[in-house]
Amino acid sequence: MTEIDPGDRKLSYVMAFNEAVRQAMEADENVFAAGEDIGAFGGVFGTYGGLQATFGEHRVVDTPISEQAIVGLGLGAAVTGLRPIVDLMFMDFMCVAMDQIVNQVAKIKYMFGGKARVPLTITTAGGAGLSAGAQHSQSLEAILCHIPGLMVVYPSNPYDMKGLMTACIREDNPTIMVKHKRLLGMSAMVPEEAYEIPLGKARILRKGDDATVVAYGRMANEALAAAELLAGDGIECEVIDPRTLQPFDTETVVESVRRTNHAVVVHEAVRFCGLGAEIAAQIQEEAFDYLDAPVARIAAPFSPVPFSPVLEQQYIPDAARIATGIRNVLERQLAFGVASPNG
Amino acid sequence: MDLSREVQMDLHRRMVRIRLFEEAAGRLAESAKLPGFLHLYVGEEAVAAGVCGALNDDDHITSTHRGHGHLVAKGGNFRQMMAELMAKSTGYCKGKGGSMHISDLELGMLGANGIVGAGSPIAVGAGFANKYRGRGQVAVAFFGDGATNIGAFHEAANMAAALKLPVVFACENNEYGEFTPRHKTMAITDVIDRAAGYGMPGVIVDGMDVVAVHEAATEAVARARRGEGPSMIEAKTYRFYNHHGIQNLGLKYRPDDEVAVWKQRDPIFTFEERMIEAATVTAADVERQWQEQRDDIADAIRFAEDSPVPDVDQLLVDIYSTRTETTGSVS
Repeated sequence: MTEIDPGDRKLSYVMAFNEAVRQAMEADENVFAAGEDIGAFGGVFGTYGGLQATFGEHRVVDTPISEQAIVGLGLGAAVTGLRPIVDLMFMDFMCVAMDQIVNQVAKIKYMFGGKARVPLTITTAGGAGLSAGAQHSQSLEAILCHIPGLMVVYPSNPYDMKGLMTACIREDNPTIMVKHKRLLGMSAMVPEEAYEIPLGKARILRKGDDATVVAYGRMANEALAAAELLAGDGIECEVIDPRTLQPFDTETVVESVRRTNHAVVVHEAVRFCGLGAEIAAQIQEEAFDYLDAPVARIAAPFSPVPFSPVLEQQYIPDAARIATGIRNVLERQLAFGVASPNG
Repeated sequence: MDLSREVQMDLHRRMVRIRLFEEAAGRLAESAKLPGFLHLYVGEEAVAAGVCGALNDDDHITSTHRGHGHLVAKGGNFRQMMAELMAKSTGYCKGKGGSMHISDLELGMLGANGIVGAGSPIAVGAGFANKYRGRGQVAVAFFGDGATNIGAFHEAANMAAALKLPVVFACENNEYGEFTPRHKTMAITDVIDRAAGYGMPGVIVDGMDVVAVHEAATEAVARARRGEGPSMIEAKTYRFYNHHGIQNLGLKYRPDDEVAVWKQRDPIFTFEERMIEAATVTAADVERQWQEQRDDIADAIRFAEDSPVPDVDQLLVDIYSTRTETTGSVS
């Protein structure tokens, strides 16, 4: 289901991101990048590595640790004609900049009667799995998807990363690119030339007729692994990666559910008020008569992300838990997730 | 006063336009013709006029919740402004912004802002873009004394200094953060003390004296254009009406004699007296200015009243942009 031939060159997720930025900066002088430690140091995970050496300090800018001003820097530059990429090192740090993101960036076009254009990309690293604790591991994408004016992407593999990041930079709306920390080293075939994956288009990662599994970011890969486990028992799952979370490709999901009659949504974010709630609601609105069982959500419990590797492993859904969840749906047994009052 | 007659008349004109616009808006609000909130700039005219009088058309400003004065001073069109306040489709923001989000990007006015302190980071972004393009443009952040207590301001000021951006921070110290006097919300008397903490020069000016403001702004803007980085101006000023609207629900939070003393220092009338005394202008010149602008505001009110409200199908328009292709060279 790929749009472009991936070719025969392997590239990591992190270098796919880096290459997208590099090629965009080569193609358009209006593109610059700014953030904490992204210049000489190359970004905390090497995401911006080598770019300052190529493009200079005026185009790859080390900023103070000032998330509000970093986003404001991007917004002010975007509305006055540039095409900024600004980095917020960890998704958790977005909370520091929420006024600029929610009240300024997302709304400026609408508040100004459509007269502003905001070609701004905000990049960040989300997700748990590195024992980084409760303030460096969150998945806060649902909060962002709730805000009209923003676009949110969350790639699950290197190929999508490069194409989505290229699309984000070229987009004339504010986009938030979430990189998953645990996918940075993931390697796959990635075309050398610049290419775009259209925002708002899901990708069917695996075809199947028994159940539709919707998962994004690292969970898309776990869902694929779960599908392989179940295939051994003759259960064929269709795994859909929405890739863009806002706008959300409801059509692809609903079309699939109408064939499989079962739906499971997986994410690493907390279950309560997570994106799964919205996706499940859309499925029941659009495909209620096709469902043989309630839509299941497999997600993190209602808890901060723990530090302890043992607890964190319990916190994050994995292939085995997803497989169990899918089986439960197929058998109409509704017992999934970790017991907790809210989620 | 060694400003030319032309510059003095220009500053006067900007102030008169602000005063007339604001008083008209206040009357319309009191007669329930304007929906929503209204924060009037009356009393502070010398600050917007003095600063914007030192700017070029392609320079940028960010504004505050008390933002009409900044837009008027930057060249705002009364018709589109009044229509926006009346929530009409012919307004600057097609009736989707209102008083607190009024803007004109073509004039470099990057928006009034409903969030205290939020304009400063945006001005830093405009300043960054100006430096990036290298065409000598500057950006001015207007903000109040209260905004210097909020984190966004601190981040913006520090970043502008660290990156040596062509930004001027113009503080309108009107002694009150909404309804609370400044001395209860900060332990310093002069906001400008904060400038030193960012390593930028700062100057206090009489915010009721448009010439003093203009002089300080001219110097700060020149410094920014020379690539020497940001600076800060603290203009001591006062709002003649209340935080919100004119009567402001009859709330009493300022002593009457304090208000009276500041009103005696009216930035427009005192400037007129000085200009007439110096024989720069005649009383007739001054009156002609007022009359011209009165005619303009009367025209704007008629235009706004005659304008249609937005079609309801406009609700979901203007949330996202459709893509335009870029040329690849700096725009």
